[in-house]
Amino acid sequence: MAPYESDGSRDVEETDVPHSRRRKAARYAVPAAVVGVAAATIGLVPALADSGDPDLPKITAQQLVQKIAESDVEQLSGTVRINTDLGLPDLGGLESGLTSGAAGDGSGSSADPSAKLTELASGTHTLRVAADGPDRQKVSVIESAAEYSLIHNGEDVWGYDSKSDAVYHETADTAETAGTAAQDGARHGRQGLGQAPATPKDFAEQALKAVDDTTSVTVDGTAQVAGRDAYKLVVKPQHASGTTVGVISVAVDAKTGLPLKFTLTPASGGAAVLDVGFTRISFAEPAAGTFDFTPPKGAKITEGKDAGGAKGADGKAREHSGDVPQGFGPGAGLLGGGGADGAKVLGKGWNSIATYDTGQKGGIPSSSAGGDLGGFLGSFGDKVSGTFGKGTVFSTRLINALITDDGKVYVGAVTKDALVKAADAAH
Amino acid sequence: MSRADTTAELRDEGPVRGVGAVGEAAPVRAVRPLWSLGLLRNELLTTLRRWRTLALLAVLAAVPVLIGVAVRIETGGAAAHGGGDGGGQGPAFLAQITNNGLFLVFTALAATLPVFLPLAVGVVAGDAIAGEASAGTLRYLLVAPAGRTRLLLTKYATVLAFCLVATLVVAVSALAMGVLLFPLGDLTTISGTRIGFAEGLGRALLIALVVAASLTGLAALGLFVSTLTHSGVAAMATTVGLLITAQILEQVPQLHAIQPYLFPHYWLSFADLMREPVYWDGLVKNLELQALYAAVFGSAAWARFTTKDITA
Repeated sequence: MAPYESDGSRDVEETDVPHSRRRKAARYAVPAAVVGVAAATIGLVPALADSGDPDLPKITAQQLVQKIAESDVEQLSGTVRINTDLGLPDLGGLESGLTSGAAGDGSGSSADPSAKLTELASGTHTLRVAADGPDRQKVSVIESAAEYSLIHNGEDVWGYDSKSDAVYHETADTAETAGTAAQDGARHGRQGLGQAPATPKDFAEQALKAVDDTTSVTVDGTAQVAGRDAYKLVVKPQHASGTTVGVISVAVDAKTGLPLKFTLTPASGGAAVLDVGFTRISFAEPAAGTFDFTPPKGAKITEGKDAGGAKGADGKAREHSGDVPQGFGPGAGLLGGGGADGAKVLGKGWNSIATYDTGQKGGIPSSSAGGDLGGFLGSFGDKVSGTFGKGTVFSTRLINALITDDGKVYVGAVTKDALVKAADAAH
Repeated sequence: MSRADTTAELRDEGPVRGVGAVGEAAPVRAVRPLWSLGLLRNELLTTLRRWRTLALLAVLAAVPVLIGVAVRIETGGAAAHGGGDGGGQGPAFLAQITNNGLFLVFTALAATLPVFLPLAVGVVAGDAIAGEASAGTLRYLLVAPAGRTRLLLTKYATVLAFCLVATLVVAVSALAMGVLLFPLGDLTTISGTRIGFAEGLGRALLIALVVAASLTGLAALGLFVSTLTHSGVAAMATTVGLLITAQILEQVPQLHAIQPYLFPHYWLSFADLMREPVYWDGLVKNLELQALYAAVFGSAAWARFTTKDITA
């Protein structure tokens, strides 16, 4: 550089280099700002969307329960999110492997509703429901790049598993005569479908059945669920020290009386054991083709009668999976579980315990069915003993089950001690 | 403009940028609007004519052929088996192919989306700037009065066009194989309802577009990496490495908290277009996430590329 320019050049250098750095920093601020805005949006939008509890006229618990009973929603379609946290060890694929393995002895169809509905008993699932009157309902379990649909249309009940392209079919008649065989599967499929199973309404009705003098039912303000204004009904067991049920909260649509959200918190506290709620709901008539089903060409079809032969296997599968559907509510063996052969109910209200005799000596039923499986299950249970003899208790955060060594089973939403006491008393 | 100013300009903009900056600062020459289209056309032709690109596309086209032939041989031509025992193994929709050839399109896209497609996009995106730099052609590109921003946009547009071309190659190849090997006709959506073949074709096209759009985030990421280095190979390897890392993180259940922010997280949501009614939640989230990645890494690439020294 020429000497006579050196001064100016140094000048420029001194002032310009920081300037260029500033400009560089300014440019890099753009992506940083984008990240910031995105983070703020992700953080703030849910908070802003929560526009506070709606203002609704006061209502008594009595009136609200009445409203639920009188609810006559015939047509709806919506998305339901079901979240179950029973505190079971996360078996992941193993669990479904056991279930399908056991069910596989019989029908082997992955479209069999009983196998599918047991899957709902753990983890988070998204369901889509549609209903149009008492004869036409549809429930779809959304899976990754696949879907399981249960369609009830007049005489027919179809199950379609798109992942394996398998179809399960039965007519309404079969479903009724299959009675005991289909304690959880077919009948649940049909009768449950009548009320769109696994919807908050289903659970709410069961919970309200249990309401008696040992229960406090109150209205606890309002909430917004799936964009609709709702009352919050709180059901709480009282003077029932034995139960594991803490609080049941039901959000009831203010206009239609339809339960929109159902949350069950265990007495031990922590996250909800069961949380079922609509995330989207519409009371318009579902699209015309929604309930039509023609089996795809070449799909493997299992008829419901055949599936009935899988009774034993299915029953086993349910036992292995912890009898979860059986005890979602107190006592009466909810969700079809009461259909278990020879089941008796001990006690009443929230402390009631379902009991039945498997007729299998030797405790854990599976120890006779499959040694490995039995040992495996046994490792989850706690050994207990009392005047009734010895047994194993399987616990979850809500349901506890006692299987005695002489083959009796006691199940209920009660504590371990209550189970042992009941077994002692029965002895 | 004094020589001192020019020197300073050259120093902080890099030698080549100086030329472009002068052109921009003194708009003596009006910028012809078609000019950038010409640049884009050139870029597209250069990219698509490369042997490397053609080989990538050939591999992509071969995947549906492979799947189609394998399924055909496995079922022995007799559709009686129906794949019912498949138990849901393999890529999505595999069980339905024997009944309807159109499902081969969905299967092929589901099979290539996790690895092959992003791999190809990663190679092209990583090569976009760094490849020019390592070949020593970047400075000549910048001599043209296009400006760095516009060059970058052109490069990104080229990569996006490649995303679309690659996806369509897979889809068209799969459709051809499906027509050749399997029956066609009305198809059953995964929700169990039936739609006509024409609507099925429409959904197939829509799915191809969604798959192409799923790759835009990775394209922006690759472009950003490409501005960081002068080595084309390094940029490609880094991009593909990031892709694989993200895919591995997706598999670790303990990381579920961060997974919704990884770009491949919602990739398979394209299958939601085959539900009836279409389930939009995942699709919308996917597109939002891709747009976010495109915005963040696109602007980062811009910040880097417009301020760095071009020495090669």
